Amino acid sequence: MIKRIKVGAGSCGLAAGAGAVRDYLKEHITDIDIVDVGCIGHCYAEPIVEVETDSGSYFFEHVDVSKDLVENIRNLEGPSDFLGRPSRKDQEHIKVTALAGHIDPESIDEYIANGGYSGLEKALSMKPGDVVEEVKKSGLRGRGGGGFPTGLKWSFLAGKDADQKILICNADEGDPGAFMDRSMMESVPHQLLEGMLIGAWAMGATQLFIYIRAEYPLAVKHLTTAIEQVKKRGLNKIGDRSVDFNLKEGAGAFVCGEETALIHSLEGKRGNPRYRPPFPTDYGFKGYPSLINNVETFSNIPLLVREGGETFASVGTEKSKGTKLFALAGDVQYPGLVEVPMGITIGEIIYDIGGAEEGSVKAVQIGGPSGGCIPAELFDTPVDYDSLRQLGAIMGSGGLIAIGNNRCMVETARFFLEFTTRESCGKCTFCRVGTKRMLETLEKITGGNGTEEDIAFLSDIAPKIIKGSLCGLGQTAPNPVLTTLRYFENEYLAHVRDKQCPALQCDALVDLKLDKEKCIECNLCIKNCPVNAISDDYIIDNDTCTRCNTCIELCPVNAIERVNQGVKSV
Amino acid sequence: MESTLQKLDELKGDRSNVIKALQLIQVHEGFISDTSIREVAEAFSMPAVEVEGIVSFYAQFKRNQPGKYMISVCDGTACHIKGSPQVLHWISDELGIGDEETSDDGLFSIERVACLGCCSLAPVMKINDEIYGQLNRKKTMKILKQYQKEPAND
Ligand SMILES: Cc1cc2nc3c(=O)[nH]c(=O)nc-3n(C[C@H](O)[C@H](O)[C@H](O)COP(=O)(O)O)c2cc1C
Ligand code: FES
Repeated sequence: MIKRIKVGAGSCGLAAGAGAVRDYLKEHITDIDIVDVGCIGHCYAEPIVEVETDSGSYFFEHVDVSKDLVENIRNLEGPSDFLGRPSRKDQEHIKVTALAGHIDPESIDEYIANGGYSGLEKALSMKPGDVVEEVKKSGLRGRGGGGFPTGLKWSFLAGKDADQKILICNADEGDPGAFMDRSMMESVPHQLLEGMLIGAWAMGATQLFIYIRAEYPLAVKHLTTAIEQVKKRGLNKIGDRSVDFNLKEGAGAFVCGEETALIHSLEGKRGNPRYRPPFPTDYGFKGYPSLINNVETFSNIPLLVREGGETFASVGTEKSKGTKLFALAGDVQYPGLVEVPMGITIGEIIYDIGGAEEGSVKAVQIGGPSGGCIPAELFDTPVDYDSLRQLGAIMGSGGLIAIGNNRCMVETARFFLEFTTRESCGKCTFCRVGTKRMLETLEKITGGNGTEEDIAFLSDIAPKIIKGSLCGLGQTAPNPVLTTLRYFENEYLAHVRDKQCPALQCDALVDLKLDKEKCIECNLCIKNCPVNAISDDYIIDNDTCTRCNTCIELCPVNAIERVNQGVKSV
Repeated sequence: MESTLQKLDELKGDRSNVIKALQLIQVHEGFISDTSIREVAEAFSMPAVEVEGIVSFYAQFKRNQPGKYMISVCDGTACHIKGSPQVLHWISDELGIGDEETSDDGLFSIERVACLGCCSLAPVMKINDEIYGQLNRKKTMKILKQYQKEPAND
């Protein structure tokens, strides 16, 4: 018997059309409960419908609004077995995301029925200092990028004697290509709140802030609901006092993910970072001792307290404990949110979980604009804080983007520098001007005007930016360039020496070529070219062509391709 | 605007609410006008240049009236890798406006944004509050046509 129908309606599901699916189902199935849930991580299969029955759950992927859908659901016909795909069978490591996409994010009862707030209950039965000890024992390190030991940070704030102590959750998730925090907040908002409440008890915090990215309206909505529910149930009463949550929306500045900038932004100011020390635990929000942890860090806490620090530490490597969430995207077959034990290799994530074909991916970008590109030869590197750092990359917050063979690494580096140049707050000259100079140089190279001196210049200026910048933004901005130079120097050389883009991506270095043998003269390309660059006898004028690729996309017989310049169109 | 001013009144006691106040104004008016800057400065008893400084720092704040439909083309890492520059190209060609521009009829604005958090569906764009994923040329054009066709209804 069908008990309930769940529609995956996180932002990703909605973008894939889950809203229409849910509305349609509600209209056509009135005898069964239909609820919106968050994301189970298999974003590639959205929209997803889960049918809960007496005998377990059935999943339908890529569902379409149609009569058949209702029939199929009622008869449980043709459900997908994607949870059984070799990649994601390893369910024992699904811990932090265990409830994501499985419960109604707006129901506190469901969270509680699945063990929610039992971590808080247990923590409240312990001495605050013992909770901090447990976090220390777990070996949990910050998931926001830096990897600072969480227990140690907690002991700093716990040791402070002040009339106000502030706990801040960093939900700014600024790395482009990262969506772990969004997914957690949309899918299980209570888990974050529980983690923060445990923190408030352990460290004696008096005020709780969540600084959330403005681009995440659904997460804001679910958190707002969850906060109200917590208040109504009195769960924010810890010991003999009660603490309140404050949800503050950011306003679109990447640097505000940096903790001192974040605090300035919370105070209503421009989000400029400042020199540390003093660290926020000494001098934070409005001068009060403040502690900042990431969404995923806090979301680990309820689990950690429930099972105890030692059990928590049994997963992972010597210095990186527990599991890590990755936002897997780019050139893989199964992009989505994955949770893996620390120490798993990059290759296992890309090939086994992501389903990428061996040999189709030449690198991964890990850690966003502060991270680096790791080449396929090094995919047996274990994912832990220290191994990644040795390669010039960082764990980062969890963005993991597979870069296929047909992408240009110089262009990828340029992309990141464009990002950091735009997001640099401008306070430090080396960051403000240095990233700009790097960007100009990279543009020169991708534009076909680069020389070998330009490559040398990049290597020369990078360490200066690293040394001359006050905050992590500038200190890590050159990483994407340094790692691509280190592992893909041949691509840089091809651009400057041969004026060729091996991946055929850099517009200035490629022409479009129409193969008359293949062409069936269907006229589609001529008709649709926005700049009329294709003549009536099917010759592409590459001087007029803007390389928008419209014709390539439209050609039914793939007669048009990008080629290195020199091979002029016939 | 009445209610916004009322709300401003509630917020003005605490300087840390400046950003929130500006966000509120933008939700109501679509952008931050010179008048709004003066009003906020007054409400929080701070110099107008300081408010202007805050507004210019944060990418979210717009100083010009945007089009009725704001097309946010994601150019985050995943989308960039999956061809967002082409998507922007197509939309620009179709509407005759570029990044950060508004069409003459006031219907469309285009902006490039860094990651909408739907990277697994890259390339992605957002039109007002609606997110569209797995864009190719055909799909993008089809979506645009829908908005071009129904300029009147809200
Ligand atoms: C430029 C910059 C951007 C950052 N962005 C984020 C972010 O979006 N989310 C985050 O959790 N941490 C971010 N961080 C790291 C924070 O400064 C801080 O280390 C972290 O939130 C601490 O939490 P954790 O110990 O739980 O990781 C950023 C750091 C820098 C330098
Ligand atoms: S990179 Fe486009 S949604 Fe994340």
